Amino acid sequence: MVEQKVVDPDYLILEAPRERKFITGSQAFAEAIKRANVDIAIAYPITPQSETMHLVGDLWAQGYVKDYYRAEEEYGAMSAIAGAVRGGARAFSATSGPGLLRGLEAIVSWPGHRIPAVLGVMTRVVNAPLSIQPDNVEIAYLLHSGLIVFHAENQQDVFDFTLAGFPISEKVDVYLPVVVATEGFFVTHAKGYVELPPEDMKLPPRDPYKAPVPPTDCEIPPARIQRDAPVQKSNFMSYLIHAVWQQEVWSANERARKWINHYLGGLIEVVNPKAEVFIVASGCAAAQGREAQRYAEMEGLNVGLVKVRSIRPFPTQELREVLKDAKAIIVPEHNIVGWLCKEVKAVIPNGDRVVEGPRVYGGMTLPVELIMDEIYKVLGIKKEKKTLV
Amino acid sequence: MGLEYVKIAPGFERYMPRDYVDLVKMGQFGRQVDVMDLGQFKELVEDHPMCAGCYMAYFIRIFYASLPNPEDTIVLGTAGCARLALSQAAVPFIYGNYGDTNAVASGLKRALTIRFPDKHKDVVVIAGDGGLMDIGFGMTMHSWFRREKFTTIMVDNEVYGNTGGQESGMSPKGVQLKMAPKGKQFDKINAVELAQTAGCVYVARISPTNPKRIAKVIRRAILAARHFGPTFIHAYTSCNIEYSIPTREVLADARNREKKDFKFYEWMTDEVKEYFEEMEKKEVKA
Repeated sequence: MVEQKVVDPDYLILEAPRERKFITGSQAFAEAIKRANVDIAIAYPITPQSETMHLVGDLWAQGYVKDYYRAEEEYGAMSAIAGAVRGGARAFSATSGPGLLRGLEAIVSWPGHRIPAVLGVMTRVVNAPLSIQPDNVEIAYLLHSGLIVFHAENQQDVFDFTLAGFPISEKVDVYLPVVVATEGFFVTHAKGYVELPPEDMKLPPRDPYKAPVPPTDCEIPPARIQRDAPVQKSNFMSYLIHAVWQQEVWSANERARKWINHYLGGLIEVVNPKAEVFIVASGCAAAQGREAQRYAEMEGLNVGLVKVRSIRPFPTQELREVLKDAKAIIVPEHNIVGWLCKEVKAVIPNGDRVVEGPRVYGGMTLPVELIMDEIYKVLGIKKEKKTLV
Repeated sequence: MGLEYVKIAPGFERYMPRDYVDLVKMGQFGRQVDVMDLGQFKELVEDHPMCAGCYMAYFIRIFYASLPNPEDTIVLGTAGCARLALSQAAVPFIYGNYGDTNAVASGLKRALTIRFPDKHKDVVVIAGDGGLMDIGFGMTMHSWFRREKFTTIMVDNEVYGNTGGQESGMSPKGVQLKMAPKGKQFDKINAVELAQTAGCVYVARISPTNPKRIAKVIRRAILAARHFGPTFIHAYTSCNIEYSIPTREVLADARNREKKDFKFYEWMTDEVKEYFEEMEKKEVKA
């Protein structure tokens, strides 16, 4: 184990010198955890996530993480994360597709319990039929729970979003769990260049007393979410208490914006802001969208890209501003339901500008040609089919 | 720190509710009370919305009076009747999701051990037969397999009482309940045997007829969990509503079951036995 010194999160995330490494997405998750001063990580295997939590287990064996175990299954793992965080620890876990859905009852209760933790989600088809491939429909199940949800395009995003996830999650005005989602295999098992800050630095430990909801540790009066009988009964007070609590969770989710801007440089990234046609995408689809934008530019077409980093909070104002003069908006996705397309349509005027797709699912790759076809269509260009490399 | 957080800050005494002042001045914080003195000290739980004649409520009252260190104890519960009283006590209480108690307690206890390696922070799960042996079964068993250092107390009323009287895995075979219209088709789960096999270091089965014995068992289970590993108490706490036991016969019913399938049973590892013998020797000397 490398001796690590505690440094300010702003320094570690934004200022420290970085060195370029060629690593997989799973390794990028582990590199972030190595520098995140994590107290406890709880693992349960599922493809394609397994490698990440096994690497985190190695970090525990080396001394970078204080406690670690392989749980009984995901519901147990995610419940134990809640217990550890309420006990004042900084915690991390990760899962995929069916595992995410198995743990979902616990995970979607984290915002209500005000659990600041980071959860990695490496997308995988939701059965049936059985498949292990990277379809990202599972992200749709996370959008209405109060969780903060980031969608990583590549290995670099995985590292940056995960490391920044801890301070964002633990800010007093946020205090919500952060999900860092990325495509299984395409990102987790493929290598990419990642700029890493030095490994002899780490985040400061979690301070559980800097909190809107104190820990349950018998050191200070605890938050007694279930204290009063009215909360458990069917009467007006119980409805009111629950309603107010939900409002606060969603307000906290909104308040995360300024910290996402601070640590990640904004909820969206824009390439060619004056474009006529925009590709709006997140995760791996944004990587393919980036390629399509580059090809379009080579062909002299005025096409832009909006990469959505944060799905929750959703960049409503940002998208309205960037897309206000767009003639057409193409939303490529790795799922059949088009959850991002629905989100985009819902927040901008003249939703008929939005092209529904292209969509691939079942774990297929998303060829750049599919996006190019949509670009030609909306620009009225008739093209001979040709293969782009 | 435990005692510090329950104390009233100087100057605030006259603004605090009377109940709280009594709790600090005449309660259990910082001292060991004798369960036979119930009524002569301010108890950790007083008001609760349990049914008249509820034996679980009685057990929970004794439970709180038996805590070796209430100012450093955290109680976890789940859906069911028990949590209605547990959430009213002057001891931190965590209510998570359905049947998740032993997973949440695993994370909590580990976090407290990381943060306070030199202090005893007692974690106690009190959940029903449904929570621990049906919906939470896997998490209960695995917390024992992993040798997690906390206490699990099953308040077994042999029915899903809070949802209106459905069969549970702990209902006796043949009993007709909701969702068992032809009577339960299989035997009551042998939780005590499972606990011993799964790695608990102290296991007791009790029909709560004798408050001194209940207190001793609870205290032992908590102290053994501090030092050695998981501990388990299986307590019979009848549901007088769903089993139609007249209120005045609730104690007689507990005595009757004590003679049959709830005979007092206590088992512990040699290591735990040695620890208690040492401790009790010291107590006699003192």
